[in-house]
Amino acid sequence: MRPIRRQRLAVVLFLLFGSALTIGVVLFALQENIDLFYEPQKIVGGEAPIAKRIRAGGMVEKGSLDFKPEGLGVSFVLSDLRGSRFEVRYEGLLPGLFREGQGVLVVGQLDASRVFYAKEVLAKHDENYMPPELVDMGAES
Amino acid sequence: MTTSTSDILTVKYESFDATLGTLWGAGPEIGHLAAIIGLVAAIVLSVLGHVGAATRRRSWVENSGSFAVLQLVTLVVAFALLVHAFLKDDYSVVYVATNSNTLLPWYYKVSAVWGAHEGSFLLWTLIMAGWTFAVAIIGRRLPYQIYGRVLGTLGLLNTGFLLFLLQTSNPFLRLVPNVPTVGADLNPLLQDFGLIVHPPLLYTGYVGFSVAFAFGVAGLISGRLDATWARWTRPWTNVAWAFLTVGITLGSWWAYYELGWGGWWFWDPVENASFMPWLAGTALIHSLAVTEKRSAFRGWTVLLTILTFSLCLLGAFIVRSGVLTSVHAFAVDPERGVFLLVLLGVTVGGSLALYAIRVPAIRGRIAYMGLSRELFLLINNALFVVAVAVVLVGTLYPLAYEAVTGGDKISVGPPYFNRLFVPLMGLLAVFLALVPVARWKRTPIQLFRQVGLLLLASTLVGGVFFVIAITSDRVLNTGSIVGVVIAVTLAIWLLLSHGVDFIQRKGARPLGYLGMLLAHVGFAVGAVGVAVTSVFSHETEVRMSPGDTVELNARQYHFASVTTVNGPNYIAQRAKFDVGGISLYPEKRNYLARNSVMTEAGIEAGFFQDLYVALGEPLPDGSWGVRIQEKVLVRWVWCGGLLICFGGLLAVMDSRYRRLALRRDGLATAGKVA
Repeated sequence: MRPIRRQRLAVVLFLLFGSALTIGVVLFALQENIDLFYEPQKIVGGEAPIAKRIRAGGMVEKGSLDFKPEGLGVSFVLSDLRGSRFEVRYEGLLPGLFREGQGVLVVGQLDASRVFYAKEVLAKHDENYMPPELVDMGAES
Repeated sequence: MTTSTSDILTVKYESFDATLGTLWGAGPEIGHLAAIIGLVAAIVLSVLGHVGAATRRRSWVENSGSFAVLQLVTLVVAFALLVHAFLKDDYSVVYVATNSNTLLPWYYKVSAVWGAHEGSFLLWTLIMAGWTFAVAIIGRRLPYQIYGRVLGTLGLLNTGFLLFLLQTSNPFLRLVPNVPTVGADLNPLLQDFGLIVHPPLLYTGYVGFSVAFAFGVAGLISGRLDATWARWTRPWTNVAWAFLTVGITLGSWWAYYELGWGGWWFWDPVENASFMPWLAGTALIHSLAVTEKRSAFRGWTVLLTILTFSLCLLGAFIVRSGVLTSVHAFAVDPERGVFLLVLLGVTVGGSLALYAIRVPAIRGRIAYMGLSRELFLLINNALFVVAVAVVLVGTLYPLAYEAVTGGDKISVGPPYFNRLFVPLMGLLAVFLALVPVARWKRTPIQLFRQVGLLLLASTLVGGVFFVIAITSDRVLNTGSIVGVVIAVTLAIWLLLSHGVDFIQRKGARPLGYLGMLLAHVGFAVGAVGVAVTSVFSHETEVRMSPGDTVELNARQYHFASVTTVNGPNYIAQRAKFDVGGISLYPEKRNYLARNSVMTEAGIEAGFFQDLYVALGEPLPDGSWGVRIQEKVLVRWVWCGGLLICFGGLLAVMDSRYRRLALRRDGLATAGKVA
């Protein structure tokens, strides 16, 4: 029975060591790669950090979409329909479903004057679907 | 006034037509009724199977098969009637009205049946009934107590699914009296060949793991988890796994050409939902191999059947409850979420409790030492389970975070997954290359010499590749080149070691062996595709007017023209791009019913690279935002997936499973537990 016991011990130690290592690495990687979400109120109110990768969202204000005359630069205003609004600047192609008056998510950084520089713009993929981050906002408006 | 015979005939015909019309008009009600009868059949099936096996009433078990047939027939009827309602544009049915439109081509009307939650779940229960039917027919010669418990468990599961369907997601509900005259149309993203085939294949895989689960439960109750049990379970698991593989592969391909980004994997929660059962299922088919050949890992294998199917249910919960942000989650409904969570809890809790009670009596006691094939497969399993854990944590972390912090929302980005997943797969590739060498029980150390030489050879090839890559004029970061070189080196090593084994193998090469080779080669092909396309692809986003030319990686992309094209239910702006002698036609489509805009990429597919052009938005001065990409070896990603799938199917056709099917009922039934 001895070799079997030794083998069991080895298996248990291996499992313990393996899971500890996995948990450690997973937690470390998580810490590095999570993006916090902020509503327009928190962006305007100063709760959102500056020069840190974050997510934000809101409704694209009607008439705020502005294409630069050269290149792919574009800017628009996101609002929560309750008075908090902020400007987003983006360089690149907008998703097909991006439209004024609809909810979008943006991923990027805020600068010191609270302008949001987006690296990514995500639009809803169908009209029944609302990113859960924006659901609370839509329900209250 | 004369009443001619023809008039009378016409009147008669009309009244006949009216009767038929009423009958047809009642299609949704009949469909609803059929689904209810299907539920009854599932309940009877569970009772006959489980009680019959437990109380040793052989006739109960033998008659349970007919209820599997009844269940399938009723659900086919229900499904066909829903298809009929779509083809006939019966907008009095809410589900049809919200997901179809008169202008939709007929094939999209059919696929729209599974384009949203209710109909796709009806398809799910139908496929479940299909698997149950298959087990009832093919498994006839199983010992009756195993047969009864497998069918009984499948019946129980479909009872849960059908209750869920009828309670929260009835696709046959009517919208009266205000029947809309036009349907709201199918989500344009889903109006595509990919959506016609992707969900049925994916569900066949998902639901198929319920058979492995049912065999696990039957084995646990019967106290029989030996090599024979593994041999019964293996073909079913392989088929489910192969379907899931091809389903995921197709999904990735669809996302690539339909979303207009040129990405083929996003680590989106819904993708992860299908990927986790695949990872666990991969561990399961390998663990089953050990249980079949060496009668070892018994407890672990049966735990994996539970884990894999639980992850399928978790996937259904993630997709259908809308708890997580996703590209293609269904609409949010708390009631559904709660129901599915209860279903998940009962299944996982019940089966784990059964496991805890039964497994101490069942465990094998076979020692394996040193560098044995058992050890290699154990490492394979450990790596896949860690991979599942990584994906699971990354997928559910936002939920946990929100719950703990009281509402702070976060998302976990793709870098988290890539950073952890890529090294895991690299490690896996190392052990994969050693597979042909490894022997059961113990591997003589000298066998490793040859595979070591092969590693040397592939490292040389990798080195040459590195030098070429680094001296070419491309501006690339050395770190990512090193990553690709490692991937390519490992892939070549794997191919060499498997190729040499194939040539040197003495005696027969059964289909099970060939299937293993094919699937492993598929892994290598896919890994090279993933690594190369991620690093060596080129991309640019530019503003272009018709007449402009842009250069990308020494290719001239000439924007020739834009024309307006009318589709059946959309109006498109179709651009023409000339690249070399080829023309690409990317489109921007406006689907009229929903007024939603879709991008259709123009793709020139090739074995070595895809040329990919997608239109962005039209800009005020008549120019367009344009995304141009050259995706190197991107097809290899999906080729790898298909090879893996074929490998899995090939292994099922191995003659030893057929011999088993033909064997008489001679096997003694274990049935130690009543």
